[in-house]
Amino acid sequence: MSDDVLVVAEHRRGSLRDVSFELVTVGRELADETGGDLHVAVVSGDVDAHAESLNVEGVDVVHTVAVGEEFNHDVYLQAAVALDEALAPRYLLAPNSVNGLDYAPAVAGALDRPLVPDAVALSHDDGLTATRELYGSKVESTVRVEAERAVATVRGGEWPAAEGPGEAAVEAFELEVDESLVRSRVTGFVETATGDVDIADADVLVSVGRGIGEEENLELVERLADAMGATLSASRPIVDSGWLPKNRQVGQSGKVVTPDVYLAVGISGAVQHVAGMKGADTIVAINTDPNAPIFDIADYGVVADLFDVVPALIDALEAE
Amino acid sequence: MKVLVTVKEVAEVDDDFELDGLGVAEEYLEYDLNEWDEYAVEEAARLAEAGDDVETVSVTVGPQRSEETIRMALAKGVDRAVRVWDDALAEGPLLDVAAKVRLLSAVVAAEEPDLVLTGVQASDDGFGATGVALAEALGYEWAAVVNDLELDREAGVATVHRELEGGVEEVTEVDLPAVLTIQTGINEPRYASLRGIRSAQSKELAVSDLADLGLTPSDVDPSVVLTDVAEPESESDATLFEGDADEVAGELAAVLREKGVGAE
Repeated sequence: MSDDVLVVAEHRRGSLRDVSFELVTVGRELADETGGDLHVAVVSGDVDAHAESLNVEGVDVVHTVAVGEEFNHDVYLQAAVALDEALAPRYLLAPNSVNGLDYAPAVAGALDRPLVPDAVALSHDDGLTATRELYGSKVESTVRVEAERAVATVRGGEWPAAEGPGEAAVEAFELEVDESLVRSRVTGFVETATGDVDIADADVLVSVGRGIGEEENLELVERLADAMGATLSASRPIVDSGWLPKNRQVGQSGKVVTPDVYLAVGISGAVQHVAGMKGADTIVAINTDPNAPIFDIADYGVVADLFDVVPALIDALEAE
Repeated sequence: MKVLVTVKEVAEVDDDFELDGLGVAEEYLEYDLNEWDEYAVEEAARLAEAGDDVETVSVTVGPQRSEETIRMALAKGVDRAVRVWDDALAEGPLLDVAAKVRLLSAVVAAEEPDLVLTGVQASDDGFGATGVALAEALGYEWAAVVNDLELDREAGVATVHRELEGGVEEVTEVDLPAVLTIQTGINEPRYASLRGIRSAQSKELAVSDLADLGLTPSDVDPSVVLTDVAEPESESDATLFEGDADEVAGELAAVLREKGVGAE
């Protein structure tokens, strides 16, 4: 085993995703603590172009694995295991993204290593210590890995993106893919958030969440949106329930929005939602739970029942 | 064809709570079936309804209390259930992924299902990893974060949509046998009917301990251990409006107008 850290970059349809550069930051921090090198692997797609982009400050070696075009978990598993064998890193890091969830647990299993999923902080002294959130984000836990080596997935948006020119060596890594172990085939992509309304274009959004309770109560926030001249958007549970179409969904799996004003009504502010709206200029939240994470990022807040406040707010706006 | 669906009883924490040792004090916890698992159970029930030779089995790891949640799966149409529990598991609810997989894979290996459905993640510990790790341990194929499923039983292939970030879905063909981790929104979970709830009482619910599964306590020794829990510091620097609804609404309206809302 070496003291090195290996991170696996993520890209989709030709572009590296932001989390790849965040992985470089956390990987570098860990490698400084272990006293080892930071290796970055980029698997599939235009690996040479990606390697050039990934050659940022802090990276020691970029390994290019030129196999296939898009992400395929069977190929990523084989690549990660082969790279692990060649480099023997102490820690292997992947993003806690939808694709990270699709291969990192298998990599940990195949290597018989402990897995720390969805870390929001990582450090090494004689072993790996991580911070993870429990119960949504109500409790923060510290976990310790009781083994020399580990695999971890890291939450996006928790570390700054690495930048600045790098001096990494770029090395081609030859991988002979065992096709008999490739038992899944990616056949295409579907855009789901299409339609007549693009919430990403709106200057003012009124966004509704689980707190609205029943579908028939949606009419109340529709009236509020009208009174504000705003576009109506929603958090995931509303779209899951089929009350509003997918193109209205704000968050990780929906749209990322950056309006001037974002009014969150009955939204607790789960991390996946916040990822989609934290860039709004002014955030206003109405929620009954004073500890709801939405208040951590709100500029203005009302801790109250939305069924009391929203009708009064409509009246106040219409009295103008 | 056999479909196995894993379910988990999760704890939900009240808005106001206190910590006790390495967890949340028991009086602030309420137990329920994990939200993602409700969708997995519904998907299994639909597959069972689509063919007359489909057997569905539900598996959970949990204490006696969790029979309440696994009965919900039975009430919604799952044929029978297996609950895994052992005194050696009673020390803490937060097993690591590998330990969970050793328990579940022992059950699944004995059942030999064609398809395993799990929730994407559990709402309490939020691993999001058990389903895929289970597939790897079993030598099954898999797909994570599935929000659309079409099964071609003759060809032995599941065509799934994986819900990626940013309103994009990946279309993937997965060879069976496979583990699919099911995302919320894939279907509309039914409510259990009274008849379903009654019939669930008479369905088989087998209990297995470690020895039954050919495991020893050392097989479930976690390699990732909890050392501390804390309530996150509130980072809020929001201006809070308090008072009666009209007063608050007036102040909020003033802020919104100042930000240009409602201006033509």
